[in-house]
Amino acid sequence: MDLAMPKLELRNIEKSFPGVKALGNVNFSVKKGTVHVLCGENGAGKSTLMKIINGIYQPDKGQILIDGEEVKINNPIEARKNGISMIFQELNYIPEITIEQSMFLGNEPTNKFGKIDWKKIRSETLRLLQQENLNYNPTTQLKDLTISDIQMLEILKAVSYGSDIIIMDEPTSAITRNEVEILFGKIAELKAKGVSIIYISHKMEEIFRIADEITVLRDGVMIDTKPTHELTIDKVIALMVGREMSNIYPKEEVAIGETILEIKNLTNRPTFSDVNFHIRKGEIVGFAGLMGAGRSEVARAIFGLDEFSSGQIFIKGKEVKINKVTDSINHGMVMLSEDRKRYGIIGVRGVRENVALSKLEKFIYKGRLHTKDENAIVAEICKRMNVKTPSLETSIDSLSGGNQQKVMLARWMLCDPEILILDEPTRGIDVGAKYEIYKLITELAEEERSIIMISSELPELIGMCDRIYVMAGGKITGELETHEFTQENIMKLATKG
Amino acid sequence: MNSKELNKWWSKASSKYSIYIVLVAMFVVCSVISPVFLSTKNITNISRQISITTIIAFGETLLIICGLIDLSAGSVLALSGVLSVAAYKMTGSMQIAVLVGITVGVFCNAINGMLVTKFKTPPFIATLAMQTAARGAALLYTNGQNIYQIGEYKALGQNSIGIIPIPVIFMIGTTMITWYILNHTKFGRHLYAVGGSEEAARASGVNNNRTKMTAYLINGLFVGIAGVLFMSRVNAGLPNGGIGAEFEAMTSAIIGGTSFSGGIGTAMGTLAGAFIMGFVNNIMNLVGVQSYMQQIVKGIIIALAVVYDIRSKNKRDKKKQGNINDKLTDADGKNKALAAR
Repeated sequence: MDLAMPKLELRNIEKSFPGVKALGNVNFSVKKGTVHVLCGENGAGKSTLMKIINGIYQPDKGQILIDGEEVKINNPIEARKNGISMIFQELNYIPEITIEQSMFLGNEPTNKFGKIDWKKIRSETLRLLQQENLNYNPTTQLKDLTISDIQMLEILKAVSYGSDIIIMDEPTSAITRNEVEILFGKIAELKAKGVSIIYISHKMEEIFRIADEITVLRDGVMIDTKPTHELTIDKVIALMVGREMSNIYPKEEVAIGETILEIKNLTNRPTFSDVNFHIRKGEIVGFAGLMGAGRSEVARAIFGLDEFSSGQIFIKGKEVKINKVTDSINHGMVMLSEDRKRYGIIGVRGVRENVALSKLEKFIYKGRLHTKDENAIVAEICKRMNVKTPSLETSIDSLSGGNQQKVMLARWMLCDPEILILDEPTRGIDVGAKYEIYKLITELAEEERSIIMISSELPELIGMCDRIYVMAGGKITGELETHEFTQENIMKLATKG
Repeated sequence: MNSKELNKWWSKASSKYSIYIVLVAMFVVCSVISPVFLSTKNITNISRQISITTIIAFGETLLIICGLIDLSAGSVLALSGVLSVAAYKMTGSMQIAVLVGITVGVFCNAINGMLVTKFKTPPFIATLAMQTAARGAALLYTNGQNIYQIGEYKALGQNSIGIIPIPVIFMIGTTMITWYILNHTKFGRHLYAVGGSEEAARASGVNNNRTKMTAYLINGLFVGIAGVLFMSRVNAGLPNGGIGAEFEAMTSAIIGGTSFSGGIGTAMGTLAGAFIMGFVNNIMNLVGVQSYMQQIVKGIIIALAVVYDIRSKNKRDKKKQGNINDKLTDADGKNKALAAR
């Protein structure tokens, strides 16, 4: 294997969009049979660069070389012909079609009359599945598969095209720990076969596990490329944000007060049962667990989004009935959903309306909603949350994930809550914004607000929480105090039952 | 203001106020094409012609913003109109006649709302059923015959206060109501939220069903008023009146920038859309364009309006950048880099 010759090389790539320079003079190369991780905050230009490699965008300047020869990639089909496949972060799939249909979608073998050759599709699909030791039935519909299954099929598809450069855009953002292991196994296999992988991720631990080389982009400029062993997590983060971040978790000691929320025997079989926990004033309580452990479901039930069959909710010692979201808001309890796109933002509307939505009463007097007051207060709260937006009327869709999340926090802060349930508050947002959100959470605790933090990122929980509950199979399997916080302890409890 | 700022200002203004710019441009062009166009009489006429459709259009605007639709507006207009006429014939009281018209409109839309909220019927299907049923009810009640000789019932539709025809006053009134709802009420905000994302709205504490129901009830009020005005204007109770009125109303809403994906639309936009369609009709009549030809032109305008809307939206989304908080958050240096980019 000639390691000196890069498999894929980009030279002096530049790309501008109207009014924005997305990429300036980027040089980037990937060696054969290696995993090359691309890091950068959201908006750093990673996606643009990947879209250029995949032929979705054309660079304004610069060259793309594959095996040392210059190529022009005008669209994803040409990219595929050049051995490039991309697995997108948000998998777009058609739920109703079967595995075999999806494998050959847009590429169906036909006979001379244009009739699709289903026999060939079936046999080819079976051959590919067998070859990769995957145990799927070709006639299963995609809607019956998990995200990780579908991802695996995407990889299979890429392999079936004979791709030797595979781009993976945050492939682990929606799959469980076990599935991550399977994916990493697959990546190792692909590497051994000489496939080059470009891997985009925000998760530092992951990056350091699989990367051979790391490239950091910031503001459309390539900051550095280095072999992994020359870097540390802190160094990468510093390169990404352009400043040293001495402490990722700005946790402060806060005096913890009396119990404010207590949950007794909350049950909704089969998702969760006999859930008991409490949280005190100023406390940050973590909820750890694998995906499907029932953490989000419990949170949704407490917040009034889903029903539960039995159990009691006490706020400040008094039992409360929460049948709908407004009940919860009126009791001073709010929830930031894990699925911001679905249960958070009103995409087409502006920042102002999104922030004000849950507490419009604040601006209504004399039978009229006063937009001037609204503007002033929303502007103030957005400033506190450090929301970066061109104006308060900008549709929230056009903001980055981190800023959308800050707008969501602003929405709930407007309600002046005493209890905040934050379900995966830092999912899909970049390191800089993450830090800001941690800082905010700390500030909220200092203001004697209580925070329930559900997260799949253990370091985040360990770094931020005063206490951690661990869930598995719909039950709380343990409660850990600060001195017991280790990833091993948490994982032991999370895999119990 | 230098040329760059002017450009920026223009691109912002033209995307935000494009519909009004088109309206003014059309007004100017029409005035040049036909000397009759600009006369007070002609403008009054246009306003009167569009008034009833526009009142319905405001109902549709509220519904479409909320992700709903009403296909039954034309039929319910006929039913509430003929029942109102009948009530007038029986009692001789205009107040009772108007009340009956509105009640029927609201009642039919309460059923629409119930089907949509309680029984989770898709709004398209629910109101399609109502379209058929309400038309049937109007025909059944009148035995398929038009009701004539209804005396002073016509005053509401045909008289004017000063130079302003009464239906136009109702149109202005409904414009103001719709504007107020959308800009200054909690219900209005909830309409946008539910239309933008139902699940996100629910998770933010919005009562989706109540919002949808209220939208249908207000639509019912508007359709009821339109029914009375319609019959009054033609001076008869026509069970076959208002066929296709819902689509003309929707046209005004769409031209005015209301988005069928929900969450977007304004009262003034719909009013402007209605006037644009009114001007188009009027100028084509004035210069003698054949009526079949007129329909083709209108079809093209609808398509153009939507294509333009989608394209300008895409462009707008791509252009957005910068930060209002820049001045305040410059300290960490990162925003400076962003701003310089």
